[in-house]
Amino acid sequence: MSALFTKRLSKELVDLKINPPVGIEVTEADTFKSWKLTLDGVDGTLYAGERFTLEFRFSPNYPMESPEVVFTGNIPIHPHIYSNGHICLNVLYNQWSPVLSVRSVCLSIQSMLSSCTCKEPPPDNNHYVKTAKASPKQTQWSFHDDSV
Amino acid sequence: MSDEDLTFEDSYRDSDEDVEDVEDEDDYVDDDDTDLNFTDVVAEKDRKKNYEVDFIVHSIEGIVKNQDDEVTHVSNILGIQKQHAATLLRHFRWNKERLIERYMEDSTEVLNKAGVITDNARTPKFIKIPGFICDICCDDDEDLDTLALSCGHRFCKNCYEHYLTQKIKEEGESRRILCMASKCNVIVDEKTVELAVNKDIHERYRTLLNRTYVDDNEYLRWCPAPSCEYAIECHVPQTSLTSIVPTVECVCTHRFCFGCGFPDHQPSICVLVKKWIKKCEDDSETANWISAHTKECGKCHSTIEKNGGCNHMTCRKCKYEFCWVCMGPWSEHGTSWYNCNRYDEKTSIDARDQQAKSRASLERYLHYYNRFANHEQSAKLDRELYNKTEKKMEEMQQTSDLSWIEVQFLKKAVDILVQCRMTLKWTYAFAFYLARNNQTDIFEDNQRDLEMAVEQLSELLEKPIEAEKIAELKQQVLDKTVYVGSRREVLLEDTAKGLLESRWEFQVDIKS
Ligand SMILES: [Zn+2]
Ligand SMILES: [Zn+2]
Ligand SMILES: [Zn+2]
Ligand SMILES: [Zn+2]
Ligand SMILES: [Zn+2]
Ligand SMILES: [Zn+2]
Repeated sequence: MSALFTKRLSKELVDLKINPPVGIEVTEADTFKSWKLTLDGVDGTLYAGERFTLEFRFSPNYPMESPEVVFTGNIPIHPHIYSNGHICLNVLYNQWSPVLSVRSVCLSIQSMLSSCTCKEPPPDNNHYVKTAKASPKQTQWSFHDDSV
Repeated sequence: MSDEDLTFEDSYRDSDEDVEDVEDEDDYVDDDDTDLNFTDVVAEKDRKKNYEVDFIVHSIEGIVKNQDDEVTHVSNILGIQKQHAATLLRHFRWNKERLIERYMEDSTEVLNKAGVITDNARTPKFIKIPGFICDICCDDDEDLDTLALSCGHRFCKNCYEHYLTQKIKEEGESRRILCMASKCNVIVDEKTVELAVNKDIHERYRTLLNRTYVDDNEYLRWCPAPSCEYAIECHVPQTSLTSIVPTVECVCTHRFCFGCGFPDHQPSICVLVKKWIKKCEDDSETANWISAHTKECGKCHSTIEKNGGCNHMTCRKCKYEFCWVCMGPWSEHGTSWYNCNRYDEKTSIDARDQQAKSRASLERYLHYYNRFANHEQSAKLDRELYNKTEKKMEEMQQTSDLSWIEVQFLKKAVDILVQCRMTLKWTYAFAFYLARNNQTDIFEDNQRDLEMAVEQLSELLEKPIEAEKIAELKQQVLDKTVYVGSRREVLLEDTAKGLLESRWEFQVDIKS
């Protein structure tokens, strides 16, 4: 395992614990392979009062390669989130940059939830869930609409 | 052209066939003796056929050399260093004329947009900056080597190396590697890559860059055959693909369409091929029953299995002779009132209600799909049969006084047969989309003539081989092979001419 990988993740973990963003909490980070975080719906949005769990899986090439990020358990109903937990968000795939982090990804997802005006699943949900691979990174995503 | 390049005329054309001229106004085809002599030969022969296009096969070495020549040329004209000329050419997707034109208008803007820094004082280098913390690895070592691209985003050398290695080795990227900062669109230039990665990765990077030369060039395409490393040059633009089917053949013998990369699909144009394949995928369940290997005899109902490509079937039990495709009596297939290829549109015209209409449209599709799929299947069976025959011929060579050369006629016959079946296959996709007008009869006549000839040749090849009758068989096969080839030519020539003259009308929009 590269020094870069462990050093960077240790730093991120300390930072998340000492200075956690509002509504985001690390609940499981025993290894550098995968972490779990909870994400609370922001007050005054459609998701207020709800709590979701995000799972991050890191490859040894992290942060040069994006982490694999999915919702587990209670999946938010949202036009860009599939019922198998896969998230259609460009920074997780082709727009990933190594300066992004677990923190910035969580904040992006939180803001994606907060700006939602209509709680409904993606129109192609059934088809996607039937055909998708286990990892969302194997999906060829097309990002039509970043405003929802 | 360079020594490594192989022009098609010396690589695969049979000397007794018509030859074609090589595009001479081409940038990097230097004049050499072959070309000059060649022009003389062409003058005496017929002009190029309408269904054929000019093309050149390039080896990797040839591609690298062409690329270097282009770079040197631009570097001389613009008076800039070679590596900068290379970056500019890549930015302009090797459109040299447009690059030079734009550079003459506003060189500063062109250089900026392509991310080229010609100022030597500003060439990329790694430097140490006191108090610097790398945003990616969080390292803040005193003697950390750091570098910023023209955008000013600064990171440490270690991160550059990891990042570039990941992009080059794992993701196979080269020309479009972006700055590591989020949402920054500045390209990591060649010099920076060279400074940051190890020798192996740098070599891989150069190889990938070479590949982009072909990928980015509208007139070049890699041969899609697995592990084939040749590229084909052909000057048919994408905008002509509704009137030309640019079919090329690599030195590895793979024949494919330069327009879409698909295996040879003459006479269908690319857009119809795409629509047809999509349709067949969508309707695969309905059409599944067709691919079955076994059918029932129309007379005695015993099960009949097909083991050769020929569609002239004879029931072993009752001796009924019939056509595998339409199940009609074969007696109607060898004559001028042969109708197996035509779809009788009458049934669909008569259909009044919705249900009858949709049944008629399915029937119409199945008519064409059935014949399309059957030729594909038959070509496979023809090949298999040939392989068996070849073994037998080898045995015969040992027992009789046949020479190796003498038995080659069968191989050539099978090659032509399979090629004609591919052509026939695609005539059915073409015909499916064809709107009926006074031209369609000509097309169907040509299709019928080729199909009849093909079935006759296929039947000949299924005949048992006996040593004493081989001379006779050989003559029959040779004659039929020539005939079949000429039928194919007639069909392709007329269809290609029709496309150029917009003689065909289609039931679908071919411009979308
Ligand atoms: Zn760093
Ligand atoms: Zn940048
Ligand atoms: Zn090839
Ligand atoms: Zn094509
Ligand atoms: Zn029978
Ligand atoms: Zn028939």
